[in-house]
Amino acid sequence: MTTPTPDPTTPTPRAPDGGGSPDGGGGGDVLRAEHVSKRFGAVTALTDINLHLARGEVLALLGDNGAGKSTLIKIICGFQPPDTGRILLNGHQVAFKTVDQARAAGIDVVYQDLALIDELTVYHNMFLKRELVRWPLLSNRAMRKAARARLDEMGIGLTSVDAEVARLSGGQRQAIAIARAIYSDAKVLLLDEPLAAMGAKEAALILDLIKDLKTRGDVSIIVIAHNYGQVLEIADRVNLLQHGEITFDKPARNTSVQELNDIVIAEYRAAMEARQRAG
Amino acid sequence: MSGTAQQAAEFTGGPPEEPARGGVWGGVRRAALLFAARREATVLVVDLLLVIYFWRAAPDFLTGDNVANITWTLAPLAIIAIGEVLLLVCGELDLSVGFVLGFSGYLLHYLIDFYHVPPVAAVVLCLVMGAAVGFCNGFITVTLGVPSFITTLGTGYIIFGIMLVTSHAYPATIPESAKGVGNWLGGWTWAEIIWTVVLVAIFQVVLSRTRWGLHTVATGGNILGASEAGISIAKIKYGNFMITGVMGALTGLMVTFQTNSIDPSNGSYQPMFYAIAGAVIGGTALAGGSGTIIGAFLGTLMLAILQDGFNLIGISANPLPIIFGGAILVAMIANVQLARLRRAGRAR
Repeated sequence: MTTPTPDPTTPTPRAPDGGGSPDGGGGGDVLRAEHVSKRFGAVTALTDINLHLARGEVLALLGDNGAGKSTLIKIICGFQPPDTGRILLNGHQVAFKTVDQARAAGIDVVYQDLALIDELTVYHNMFLKRELVRWPLLSNRAMRKAARARLDEMGIGLTSVDAEVARLSGGQRQAIAIARAIYSDAKVLLLDEPLAAMGAKEAALILDLIKDLKTRGDVSIIVIAHNYGQVLEIADRVNLLQHGEITFDKPARNTSVQELNDIVIAEYRAAMEARQRAG
Repeated sequence: MSGTAQQAAEFTGGPPEEPARGGVWGGVRRAALLFAARREATVLVVDLLLVIYFWRAAPDFLTGDNVANITWTLAPLAIIAIGEVLLLVCGELDLSVGFVLGFSGYLLHYLIDFYHVPPVAAVVLCLVMGAAVGFCNGFITVTLGVPSFITTLGTGYIIFGIMLVTSHAYPATIPESAKGVGNWLGGWTWAEIIWTVVLVAIFQVVLSRTRWGLHTVATGGNILGASEAGISIAKIKYGNFMITGVMGALTGLMVTFQTNSIDPSNGSYQPMFYAIAGAVIGGTALAGGSGTIIGAFLGTLMLAILQDGFNLIGISANPLPIIFGGAILVAMIANVQLARLRRAGRAR
């Protein structure tokens, strides 16, 4: 961050209109990233990212492997800082030093690896790092009850919240990871490849879950995905990340799987031609 | 959630629940199944069978004196095992703790006899020394990125060397003024086992019912996941190294007062290896993420019973390592196989 920032843990006031168009009107943006860059040694992960997310909007963030999608997500959620640029939440600049600070401000993330702990129960996973405690002991009963209620409310019908997460299917694990993020009253939810390695049935459940969150309108979502068809079903807007920059920004209704495929194929062709020229 | 409601039934998952059975026998059966599913229960049964066997073979086995003997073997191993379980569960290991044990008695002697520190303060400073060694282990492992096996191998030798250099490898006498506090720490026959039981109970609760324990399991279970969830991995690992160091120092003082001697041979790898063996027998996974303090207590109890029982019935101590080794292997094989069954949803 290049400029002084307010305490990221203080609740930030909401934007005046609270609405924001799905097409990304500036005034209603719940989240903005401006000129964000990030390098890891000699590798430039993000060159100059400018991204905005309106309240209640679902933004699909697409891009090839290594395009910088996960790095951008990790910067927004406070896991790692950007080298330059700034993040604005509800119009106020923020500089999160930890995931906890971002979470307290209303930004939560469901990572590609889900950040679930196989050895812990469903309810312990759902409350990890925000456990209910009657000092000095964990309030297991209260957490169990709350987890059960939240999963039922979201239509995730697990038989037992006492089950070890290791025993659940990929879709169930993903649903629990999303439920965990929602449980923290996230206003901005970042989903990193939520449909990866998932069968059609389970992917449908997760897509439904995202649609329901969208209908409620109180959560803004960034979804990283590879499957354009699935993403276009739920997204309001599509951003394409290439070589550390956002090169494509369109409402989902104005684009198609074909158009997105063409862009990516063109990128591959350019890369192959560059290799041939170099070789 | 209307959209998901239709699919909720298809999505229903998780482990099959035990069908409800009415009546007293149903309850007894459920309790028996729950008991049998716990790894600690298996070790407890083996412990009891060993007690019965040795009692039948040598009626003196259950006399007060012999039980005290067993507790003196058990206590240092079980207390060190507390720290080792916490470390193993969070994915680390401490090989140096046996040397902290050895140096602790000497440090007490130096502080009281050479620096005239009051006995209680000297005891506290010995524990601080243990915590400081743990901090160094944490710093080298977590901050500098050296695997804990190597870190603690190195720090263990350094502490051993410091003990030998400062003591010239000669035994020392316990300071007279420390004998009062010494009764509380191991001078009195049953002091050690009382400390052990209290510490095992406290740290079992810490591991299974507090945030610290939950974060320790999370760290060992999925370090990246725990970190992404916002858990401070460094804090957990530093803390558990320091707890292990304090346990080593406390054990050193107990052994000093119980044996009424400060001896360089107190410091070695042996108590650490036995403690880890006990932890593994009790169900702690070396790969991290699972283990219990009570299991480790029962595992070290098994080793103490075997050692004492063999001695009592006049069998040579030579085959003991074979039995210990076999017990460790059986325990590890059981660990691996039970974990597979758990993944398959057929056992808890």
